[in-house]
Amino acid sequence: MIEFSKVNYNYQQQQFHFNLQIKQGSLVAILGPSGTGKSTLLNLLAGFISPIEGDIKINEQSILKQAPYQRPLSILFQDNNLFTHLSAYDNIGLGLHPGLKLTDQQKEHLKTVALQVGVEELLTRFPAELSGGEQQRVALARCFVQNKPILLLDEPFSALDPILRVAMLERVQSLAKSENVTVLMVTHHIEDALAVASDFIFVDHGKALTAESIDQLKVTHPNKHLAHFLSAQVGRIHSIE
Amino acid sequence: MKKKITALITFATLIAMPALAASPTPEKLTVYTYSSFASEWGPGPKIEAAFEKSCQCDLEFIALDDGVTILNRLRLEGKSSEADILLGLDDSLMATAKKTGLLDKHNIDLSAVNVENGWKDNTFVPFDYGYFAFIYNSEKLKNPPKSLKELVEQRDDLNIIYQDPRTSTPGLGLMLWMKSVYGEKANEAWKNLAAKTVTVTKGWSEAYNMFLNGEADMVLSYTTSPAYHIIAEGKEQYVAASFSEGHYRQTEVAAIVKSSQHKKLATQFMNFMLSDSFQSQIATGNWMYPVTDVLLPTEFDQLTLPVKTLSFPSKEVAKNRKAWTREWLISLTD
Amino acid sequence: MVIKQIKRVQIPGILLSIGIFTFVLMAVTALLTHSSSLNITDIWTDAYYRHITVFSFYQAFLSTLLSVVLAIPISHALSRREFWGKTLLLKLFATTLVLPTLVAVFGLLAIYGNSGLLASFFAYFNLKLPFSIFGLNGILLAHVFFNLPFACRLFLQALGSIPDKQHQLAIHLGLKNWYKFRFVEWPYIRGQLPHIAGLIFMLCFTSFATVMALGGGPKSTTIELAIYQAIKFDFDLQVGALLALWQICLCAVLAVFIQKISGSVLLSSNFHSTKNTFIHDSVFSRCWDFSWIILTGLLVLPPLFMVLISGINFKFFVVLSDINFWYAFKNSLLIAFFAGLIAVCCAFFILLASRQWRLIGLNGRADKIEMLATIILVTPGLVISTGLFLLLREFGSLSAMSLYIVIAVNALMALPFALKSLAQPMLQNAQKYELLCASLGIFSLNRFYWVEWKSLRKPILQALCLSFVLSIGDLSAIALFGSHSFSTLPLYLFQLLGSYQMESAAVVALVLLVLSVGVFIVVESVFKEKVVKVKE
Repeated sequence: MIEFSKVNYNYQQQQFHFNLQIKQGSLVAILGPSGTGKSTLLNLLAGFISPIEGDIKINEQSILKQAPYQRPLSILFQDNNLFTHLSAYDNIGLGLHPGLKLTDQQKEHLKTVALQVGVEELLTRFPAELSGGEQQRVALARCFVQNKPILLLDEPFSALDPILRVAMLERVQSLAKSENVTVLMVTHHIEDALAVASDFIFVDHGKALTAESIDQLKVTHPNKHLAHFLSAQVGRIHSIE
Repeated sequence: MKKKITALITFATLIAMPALAASPTPEKLTVYTYSSFASEWGPGPKIEAAFEKSCQCDLEFIALDDGVTILNRLRLEGKSSEADILLGLDDSLMATAKKTGLLDKHNIDLSAVNVENGWKDNTFVPFDYGYFAFIYNSEKLKNPPKSLKELVEQRDDLNIIYQDPRTSTPGLGLMLWMKSVYGEKANEAWKNLAAKTVTVTKGWSEAYNMFLNGEADMVLSYTTSPAYHIIAEGKEQYVAASFSEGHYRQTEVAAIVKSSQHKKLATQFMNFMLSDSFQSQIATGNWMYPVTDVLLPTEFDQLTLPVKTLSFPSKEVAKNRKAWTREWLISLTD
Repeated sequence: MVIKQIKRVQIPGILLSIGIFTFVLMAVTALLTHSSSLNITDIWTDAYYRHITVFSFYQAFLSTLLSVVLAIPISHALSRREFWGKTLLLKLFATTLVLPTLVAVFGLLAIYGNSGLLASFFAYFNLKLPFSIFGLNGILLAHVFFNLPFACRLFLQALGSIPDKQHQLAIHLGLKNWYKFRFVEWPYIRGQLPHIAGLIFMLCFTSFATVMALGGGPKSTTIELAIYQAIKFDFDLQVGALLALWQICLCAVLAVFIQKISGSVLLSSNFHSTKNTFIHDSVFSRCWDFSWIILTGLLVLPPLFMVLISGINFKFFVVLSDINFWYAFKNSLLIAFFAGLIAVCCAFFILLASRQWRLIGLNGRADKIEMLATIILVTPGLVISTGLFLLLREFGSLSAMSLYIVIAVNALMALPFALKSLAQPMLQNAQKYELLCASLGIFSLNRFYWVEWKSLRKPILQALCLSFVLSIGDLSAIALFGSHSFSTLPLYLFQLLGSYQMESAAVVALVLLVLSVGVFIVVESVFKEKVVKVKE
């Protein structure tokens, strides 16, 4: 269980306020117009920024005092997920030990995860020799070797074409299910949320307006802002009508 | 061959750290002097060998550009100087050097010293003297100027090289020479001279080498310089021009540094300086006149002796040096 | 919320910057307070100091004018033409600025000197060389030799940043030669002009070794040289310090002025030449371009070539078996290596601090901390080394300390260049990987090895090379301490030149040239091998 209780944060005259809860094992899509605080929500949780007031708890324990790498979560950014000067193997390995000193057991684990994510053939290659999708798969493998109960996705697949993107998300979904990982994903593609998410959070003007089951994601939603946001996308997507 | 081996050894220690561990050595006497004195063709090496034989010590010459540089180096280092002895200042710098308070009094028996007007100074001991003169190649220059005034005011066909009065004792000597001849009108004279000047060098060696390479008709040096060409090279064509106004005299001196840790050895060296084994190296090593009555090589008889000796008291030089140097600088840049 | 507190990783860099600034300040103060016989009005009204100030401006102005004005048509021609050896020529262009001054001076003397190539050519026709290289002529020639290629490279970069589309548009609109230059290329050059001219002016204004070697007397003296003379010749430390402050003030005013007249300019860091498919060609423009290219070639190549061929002479083995040469060689290597290492380490730590601020948008703070560390650029090395010695002389003798002082001062003098060449890559690294490292817990040594070293090896080694070459050619920090028993290769070369031993000087010049260029070649070839390995 992830809990934001009365979290306040300011950045360049913009105010953010979050008060919400996320169930363990859910796959939550974070939606909302751009520049309204989706990534801020993720960054607060990841620990790259700290709130002025309020508390963030995971399983009833405050994580505010913990450095980003100590928190029980792994993260996949939009880009720069890989060190371009290191091989795919090294990039994944850094998730196990920050100095790449791996035990035999860890090496075995790395291979297993690579197989699951489908990058076992790519381990000796450098990022420049990988396609965009392959790069993000390698980064995903690193997230999974870290064995953390929460996975944050900050639009990592947005540069991929729609079919590949959904395929990647489905892979995340199945891995998350088998490993019992809670996933938070920022996206501005409604269809992504509909395809894989179990819940969604709608963020607007620095506030998380609602957090509910994905079934509720409809243009007829009582929240006017959400309804407006969704209807703007209606032209593209028919299933939410 | 030996040199090559030492070079190889140096090369091998290249990677070694700069501070090499010092092995126990005999007492060391450090003497600051000017480069031509310490160089392999100067008197330095022979004097070093002779003194080391008698003292069971290690004599080290630190070669600096010229007399003025020696003094400035001491002033910069102050009381932490390594120098035990300064060798190569001249009489015109004496008062300035004394004023620093960094030099010690000596108690050397000066009775052997035989110079014009005698020698009474209690800080400095003279070791040689000479007269400044312009040297020319008599095979190339058939009608040398007969006076400083002729050179400065009339001879536009000649070009010369001299030394910077700020860095070099011959340069300082020329400045005093010009001052004794021209007095208040030195400014004009410098301007006239500037038109004939190829370059002003930092030290004596550069100037003399350039002259020998044919870069100028005349160079500022000493009346004794031709002796080198006669004795060492058997060449007779280099001659010192005799000037009717007289020539400026330079007496080169040495002194003990106050902060020296080896005063006894230093005094021993100062005494050695007036001995025959040192003085006999002067004429054919430093190409100057010795200050004691050692025998001179016969070739020295051929040298021009000045008709008249010019000299300023050291105190007057100390008082006016800055102003006179400034006068020289400004007349050159205007 | 902007994180205002200072991070742990920034502390060494901040302390270093403040330390360096205090150090420079203390050194200058040590000189100023050495003795109190000072009369400022004396200096202010002194005709000689007025003269050298005017001369410093005059020669710097002429040098800049010549370098920059000539660089415009040359870089324009180079941007339009491809020819055999162009890459090599551009590589040489990059080296002239860091080439040890005396090596270049030697090369220039070998051609334009009284007994140089040109003089013997004239002598063949019983003519005398119509000019003397000593004085203003020589100073200008040397400054143009150093700075013209540098300016060319910078202008070429500016021209290279013109998008292809604009070239195509120019063709479409029928803009030819002059009009295309006027409306398409000139705006890009003009954008760079104040910066390039300002930098070159500053370099010439504070020029030391060139003026010392080619000035030929008090008439052609710059402030920088007068500082040296005041300290070394007259032992007038206060005058030296005051002149140094005067020079710093003049340079500061100049820097502010340049900032004012030019906006911030972003140069793409990748150097790529424009494709020459978009030009209207004609016989005239071909001739025009190639005459400029040949002209630069004639300026830059012969001196370097002369250093090469005159270095191999009958004195070669005599010099190489001289113990003094090897002492100087050893000192030079030690000084250059340690100075380079220290400079790069300092630059690294200072940039760790400044990039952290840049990441969170505090660019002003980042600029300031970098500025503190680059103050040495306008402070004469001699003033620093003298001041440092005065501060330390209670603790030891000059000969025992001079090596360390020279290393320290050379490191300081190389620091601005190391900073400049590492700043961009290090910032980019942080922008890319800061969050990733935070989330993976990659810190301190792990961060240095796996993130910075593994990806920045090349720029780090290049910065090291640059600092090494700058230090190996330096003459100003050593100038005070050098004696015949403690010298470096440039000082040894200066002494040989001074005593007119041209053959020996030629050998030393060659060794210096080979050392400076060799270092770059070795490092570059190491990286070529690496690239091949990656592809396997």
